[in-house]
Amino acid sequence: MNLFSFVRKPRPTQTAQTAKDRLQILLAHERSSGTAEADYLPMLQRDIIAAIRKYVPIGEKEVDVRMERGDQMSSLEINIELPGATPTRKPV
Amino acid sequence: MTPEAKKDAPLGRVIVITSGKGGVGKTTSSAAISAGLAKQGFKTVVIDFDVGLRNLDMIMGCERRVVFDFINVIQGDAKLKQALIKDKRLDTLFILPTSQTRDKDALTKEGVEQILTELKAEFDYIICDSPAGIERGAQMAMYYADEAVVVTNPEVSSVRDSDRVLGLLSSQTRRAETDGAEPIKAQVLLTRYDQDRVDGGEMMTVEDVLEILAVPLLGVIPESKAILKASNVGTPVVLDEPSAASRAYEDAVARLTGTQVEMRIQGERRPGLFQRLFKRAS
Repeated sequence: MNLFSFVRKPRPTQTAQTAKDRLQILLAHERSSGTAEADYLPMLQRDIIAAIRKYVPIGEKEVDVRMERGDQMSSLEINIELPGATPTRKPV
Repeated sequence: MTPEAKKDAPLGRVIVITSGKGGVGKTTSSAAISAGLAKQGFKTVVIDFDVGLRNLDMIMGCERRVVFDFINVIQGDAKLKQALIKDKRLDTLFILPTSQTRDKDALTKEGVEQILTELKAEFDYIICDSPAGIERGAQMAMYYADEAVVVTNPEVSSVRDSDRVLGLLSSQTRRAETDGAEPIKAQVLLTRYDQDRVDGGEMMTVEDVLEILAVPLLGVIPESKAILKASNVGTPVVLDEPSAASRAYEDAVARLTGTQVEMRIQGERRPGLFQRLFKRAS
C-alpha cells in the first residue's frame, strides 16, 4: 500500500462507456437482422448434422454451432465431434 | 386546483406508456402523466392494460373503489360509464382499471377499439399503461396509439428492450399498417436518472441513450425518494408535495401538450453538511 494512497481517491471505473459500446454493437446486429438475431442457427445445425450423417454416424449432440458477433466481423464456429475409430485392431 | 374542463371538442389523443422491460416506471409514469394532464384541465382517462397484474389502481389510490373493469366492458358485462372511476382529487381525471382475475387473452382488438372510440368522443387524452413484455397485453396497449412514451432507464437491458419496442411501434400498430397514416410519434422518457453517477462515469448520459435510440426526448426524471413515498400512499407524484421528480414530470407533461420547456436535469437536493449534522443531533 502506497503511503499517499489515501490521498488519491480511487478512480471510478468508466463503465458507462462500456455499456454504450456494447449496446451499439448489439443493436446494430439486432436491427439489421430484422426480428430475432441469427435464428437460422438451429436450422443450420440440423442441416449440418443431416449432411454429415450421410457419411458418418453421429448424434445430435456431436455438432456445436456458436456465433461470435463483433463490430466489424462475426465468426461462425462449427465443432463436429466424430466418433473415434472402432476398436477392430487385433490386440498386440 | 382544478381548472374547468375545456369546452371545445375533445382532442381524443391516445398515448401509450410502454417500455418492454418491467420495473422501469411505466405505471408510475402513467399515473404522473395522466394526473399532470388532468391538472392542466385536459379531460384525461388512464387505462390499465396489465390484465392479471393490476397495479395502476394502487398507484392512483383507488384500489378500494374498483367494481367493474376494462375486461367486463369488453365482454359486455358492464357499461363503460360504470367501470370508469372518477379521481377524488381532480374532476378531469378518470381511471379504467383492468381485471385481476382474467387472463390477457380477454383483450381483443375489436373490444379495445370499441372502448377507445367511445373514450375518444369524451376525453382529450387517453393514456394506455402497457404491461411489460411484448406479448398480447403490450401489443393491444400500443396498437391504436397516436403517440408513445417509451420509458427507459439508463441501463443496458432497458435500452435494448426500448429499442425493440420502438421497432414494434413502427411496424405492429394500426398507424404502421395503414397506408398514408402518420407514424406513431414516439418519445423517450428517461427515468431513474442519477446525475452523480453519470458524472462519475458509471451511468450512461442522456446523450448516450438518445444517440442509441435515435428518438426525441420527452423528459428526464431523476432518481427520487418522492416516487416510492407517493406510491406508498397512492398519490400520483405530481399531486404529492413538490419534488425534483414531480417537477420533471410536470415539464414532460407540458412538452406532451406541445409547450416548449427547457430540458433541466435536476437531482434530488442533497442536505448540506449543517443540515445533516442537525438532523443527526435531533
